[in-house]
Amino acid sequence: MTFWLIEGAYLVASALFVMSLYWMNDPRTARRGVGAGVVAMTLAIAGTLLNPGIVNWGWIAGAVAVGFLLGVPLSWVPLTAVPQRTAVSHAFGGLAAGLVGVAKFSLWQGEPESFTAFRTFALVAEVILGFLTFTGSLMAAGKLQEVKWIPQRPVTYPFQNQANIGLLLVAVACGFALVWKPVELAALFPVIVVLALAFGILLIIPIGGADMPTVISLLNSYAGLSAVAMGFVLDNKLLVIAGALDGSSGLILSIIMCRAMNRSFTNVLFGAFGQVQQKAGAAEVRTAKRETPEGAAQILEMASQVVIVPGYGMAVAQAQQRVRELYDELTKRRIEVKFAIHPVAGRMPGHMNVLLAEADIPYDKLVEMDDINPEMPQTDVVLVIGANDVVNPAARHDKASPIFGMPIIDADKARMCLAIKRSMNPGFAGIENELYFADRTYMLFGDAKAVVGDLVKQLAGGSGLH
Amino acid sequence: MPLGPLLLSTGATEAGPAAFASLLFVFLLATFIGLGVVTRVSRLLHTPLMSLTNAISAIAVVASIVIAGQDHPPVITLLGAIALAASMTNIVSGFLITDRMLKMFKRPGEEKRP
Repeated sequence: MTFWLIEGAYLVASALFVMSLYWMNDPRTARRGVGAGVVAMTLAIAGTLLNPGIVNWGWIAGAVAVGFLLGVPLSWVPLTAVPQRTAVSHAFGGLAAGLVGVAKFSLWQGEPESFTAFRTFALVAEVILGFLTFTGSLMAAGKLQEVKWIPQRPVTYPFQNQANIGLLLVAVACGFALVWKPVELAALFPVIVVLALAFGILLIIPIGGADMPTVISLLNSYAGLSAVAMGFVLDNKLLVIAGALDGSSGLILSIIMCRAMNRSFTNVLFGAFGQVQQKAGAAEVRTAKRETPEGAAQILEMASQVVIVPGYGMAVAQAQQRVRELYDELTKRRIEVKFAIHPVAGRMPGHMNVLLAEADIPYDKLVEMDDINPEMPQTDVVLVIGANDVVNPAARHDKASPIFGMPIIDADKARMCLAIKRSMNPGFAGIENELYFADRTYMLFGDAKAVVGDLVKQLAGGSGLH
Repeated sequence: MPLGPLLLSTGATEAGPAAFASLLFVFLLATFIGLGVVTRVSRLLHTPLMSLTNAISAIAVVASIVIAGQDHPPVITLLGAIALAASMTNIVSGFLITDRMLKMFKRPGEEKRP
């Protein structure tokens, strides 16, 4: 009876997890997806608690209480900090997988018949994936949060990749030794744990902020795979299914991010993007045309279609509310306003959409790069706010540019382009942007929040005068 | 005997190559379903998707409960309890923040917050 109650709960939970992701295909049904996930998780936990072997109720209650105490505040973070929160969450997932692996390994020392070759193999995979996800995600979270003692810029040194891969190979070799003699060679287990922890740190050190969306997605995938490995260790189908869903989700997001930057996994992980900065600096001096907020407001007022290209700079300047006011002023004048969202805009997949949704921009105005590009030639004004590399036409034709081949938003094809920028310093990738020197581009220098605020003031105050 | 596989730590009896092979099939099919479902997820919702899958992959909670809950040496119980706390944190914060973000997505015409 208990058997079927538990298996039944797990079966329904598996189905609900799939539905939970399925309902995410449309913003209208997405919240139902969260509901399904909550029900599924409750069933899984309730089913597990029916397990007759469970006696330490105090420990369980205490740990669950700690989970709530940490989890509830973690869900209140500002949306700009969601990437860090996500990375921390991957770290916790990896930690849980790693610790469960350690616990199983030491328990099995007392019952060596548990160490079948398959299970030991899965256990080693779980522990390596779990602990490398743990430290790797903490490093990623630190870089995203801009913690002082973690360098933001990629850190590289000679033979870095060779050393990292060597480290991983040693861990894998130790793993195979354990599969061979799990009890006699048990001393190798802590070595694997330490190597996995170190590998996670070393893997993220050479990766710069611009690559964080890919790295977060990849770590998401690893966290899922560590749950899958745990399922193999414990012979539990629910773990395998939920882990596989998470793993495939992370994989797809990583692929989307890589395509959006025209790069491969190996290039992101081992390419040290930051390296190209030095050689890009020595371009000839060109001048960009400036425009005042008054002039820019007049240009916007005369447009019939405006496309806004937001970048992470908009979020850094906390300009979302001002952008929303600008959107209101323009739509009041029956000007069609759309937002062009590049897949890597922001610090994680979909980040820009969430930031704009928070500012009450209706989601049908948030348009994907591939859908907006055909409309660009008919667009009167493109307004670039805090975006840089994603609108750099050099990606299309300059083979020497580090971003060559990256798909971009065709801001240069619009009839006119206004770009808000703090200064002429090159952006995150350290590459000069040709768009700013184009004939039809006018620069608005200053803090994004202040400049957009000025535009709103001009439009609100001056309406009817011009 | 029917409770054997559920206790998760009762030994090697249930985890022969056959059980392992059937798990491989489950993994394969679940991965295909995952790929199929996730490719259809609206690109607008990729950030909430990731926080939702954070919560879902905290299914490690199931294993953590068993390790923390069974009668084991205190060190093992402690490891299990830490794993359980970490998983619960992911579950609670993952679902709450996903819902918080999804509430922000306004349909056309429904622009102002209620």
